[in-house]
Amino acid sequence: MLTVIANALKGGAKINGSRVVVSARSFADLTPQASFDIKRCDLHRLDEGPSGQTVLTREDGLKYYRTMQTMRRMELKADQLYKQKIIRGFCHLYDGQEACAVGIEAGINPTDHLITAYRAHGYTYTRGVSVKEIMAELTGRRGGVAKGKGGSMHMYAKNFYGGNGIVGAQVPLGAGVALACQYQGKKEVCVTLYGDGAANQGQIFESFNMAALWKLPCIFICENNKYGMGTSVERASASTDYYKRGDYVPGLRVDGMDVLGVREATKFAADYCRSGKGPILMELQTYRYHGHSMSDPGVSYRTREEIQEVRSKSDPITMLKDRMISNNMASLEEIKDIDAEIRKEVEEAAQYATSDPEPPLEDLCNHIFYNDAPLEVRGTNPWIRLKSVS
Amino acid sequence: MASLRCFLRSGKNAVSAVLRREFHRTPPAAVQVTVRDALNQAMDEELERDERVFLLGEEVAQYDGAYKVSRGLWKKYGDKRIIDTPITEMGFAGIAVGAAMAGLRPICEFMTFNFSMQAIDQVINSAAKTYYMSAGLQPVPIVFRGPNGASAGVAAQHSQCFAAWYSHCPGLKVVSPWNAEDAKGLLKAAIRDDNPVVFLENELMYGVPFEISEEAQSKDFVIPIGKAKIERQGKHITLVSHSRMVGLCLDAAAVLAKEGIECEVINMRTIRPLDAEAIETSVMKTNHLITVEGGWPQFGVGAEILARLMEGPAFNYLDAPAVRVTGVDIPMPYAKILEDNSIPQIKDIIFSVKKTLNI
Repeated sequence: MLTVIANALKGGAKINGSRVVVSARSFADLTPQASFDIKRCDLHRLDEGPSGQTVLTREDGLKYYRTMQTMRRMELKADQLYKQKIIRGFCHLYDGQEACAVGIEAGINPTDHLITAYRAHGYTYTRGVSVKEIMAELTGRRGGVAKGKGGSMHMYAKNFYGGNGIVGAQVPLGAGVALACQYQGKKEVCVTLYGDGAANQGQIFESFNMAALWKLPCIFICENNKYGMGTSVERASASTDYYKRGDYVPGLRVDGMDVLGVREATKFAADYCRSGKGPILMELQTYRYHGHSMSDPGVSYRTREEIQEVRSKSDPITMLKDRMISNNMASLEEIKDIDAEIRKEVEEAAQYATSDPEPPLEDLCNHIFYNDAPLEVRGTNPWIRLKSVS
Repeated sequence: MASLRCFLRSGKNAVSAVLRREFHRTPPAAVQVTVRDALNQAMDEELERDERVFLLGEEVAQYDGAYKVSRGLWKKYGDKRIIDTPITEMGFAGIAVGAAMAGLRPICEFMTFNFSMQAIDQVINSAAKTYYMSAGLQPVPIVFRGPNGASAGVAAQHSQCFAAWYSHCPGLKVVSPWNAEDAKGLLKAAIRDDNPVVFLENELMYGVPFEISEEAQSKDFVIPIGKAKIERQGKHITLVSHSRMVGLCLDAAAVLAKEGIECEVINMRTIRPLDAEAIETSVMKTNHLITVEGGWPQFGVGAEILARLMEGPAFNYLDAPAVRVTGVDIPMPYAKILEDNSIPQIKDIIFSVKKTLNI
């Protein structure tokens, strides 16, 4: 809050003295917190679900707004860089789904764990990696979070296990992280995400089975954005009630476009897991504006009208902004200032990501093994002997 | 004379001193241990040493292990550390990898490596490649172990050797012990290694007893991964092998010795990283090479050794082309006569040696 005031004062001071006075007066008028109704969740094998009401503080609201907006601008910038061929290979963009990542992070602790699939840039950010390091990884530079060696789908951070390229493989991994939490006796949970496309993978049902058998503290979350690549949910799944697909695992279906709804559901799920009751499943109904990846225009299997309708009626960032403005929790000006700051941050990150040098060739063979003596690696022909250090 | 003087001087103490000195002169106690028991001891010692180590797999706990390799461990360590899994390889291998990423040190048992094919994506894409993809942020300290290769009468779907498949991939270490000492030292090394290790055992070797040295009986006995061992010195030809076939090479060498042919038998111990130097040094001495493996010939372990030899300094020392003795290039049949003729026998090794030496 103080930062916002400071920024507003800075902004005011640049133009003329009287503006400062006006801004200061308007902040004092702003509501510090308000209560909001959130959509009730559909429940499976649960007697009660998350509350239908939640309290949002101004501080939290601005934080969620800032985070979602940063993610949005970051993804749009990635789109731009991809079209300029500065980012190559796979690039799966998250714009439209911001409320999921931000709501989940708001519902857990930094000491909890999270793993997701390949649409991972948003989660990489919420789990603590800077926009700069994310973008530099996308452009394959040495300043990237994985030193340029991983790319879009392979970014990692503390308590964040990527970024996984093989559809569904991250779900058993997440259950394994949850096993480690249980084994080590900490009251931590693991959030394990997958999409509507992955939801039919056999290994996910194997994970449900073991998680339920051993009561692993695992929150399975299906981000249902209605399309698995180019295939709509109706064409891929015999049952599209993804929150029920855990069968004996209790589940809830949540409006994934409402960051407050996601937050409450996540808190509910985390409490459930932490109490030792075992795993729980959450389906977040959400939407992606981009196609499956940058190679997919995203309009051959859905209409532009559909995309436009979601944008105008259910955009998560707009929804939060409107809520805050209409409840006098934030002023249009400060929102504009936040937007400007974010634009600057993302621009600078993109600058960095395009100017940072690529990784040195000496790094080519490093990081094969951890904590090992240096080894020799065969190059492309028998005379090239390369060195690998841990 | 000196000991007599000692004895007279120091009386009763001297007697025991002399007796003690007598005991020290005898050779150290040789112990016979089966490969199964060696593996069991290795896991027991490592479970005791580091509480992050745990074992999961089908029947490893209450059944004492499908092949009894984990006998007694569940009784000693309980449900938390010895975990029976459902028959869902892809799921439990992934769970093991996730646990390794989050700080534990799992031993993931595949009842046989044939079933590891169901989970191979987790072994390769989730375990082997992650440290590299994360540029060092995410290590994966895990051991995948279980019986590999041909058994007896279990037919095609249960007899495949996976040494070549796993050894193809960077990011994995692949270990293949032969005797009890190998089994114990290498498994302990694999568990202590901070990287994914594929540990290929052999069902037919589980019940075979071997003498293990006093050194190998110590709780800190570890055999370094990546170093081959010369089991038998020789000067006429080098035989390179891994796992059960090492025994066949030694048997063949014993027969050939009677005819004056001295074979140098190398036990690879580790398939990846391959100890090419040990093989090259030997070939530069003997000028002849044969590789012996149970797996199929095409793109196999022997194929890799021969390729390396061609590209390395030892090529110029070869007096004859290096050849491979391998399993027959067919799915494993069931009938005993067919099965016996599908894998290398001692006579095949002897025949190949004589052909190579032009005898």
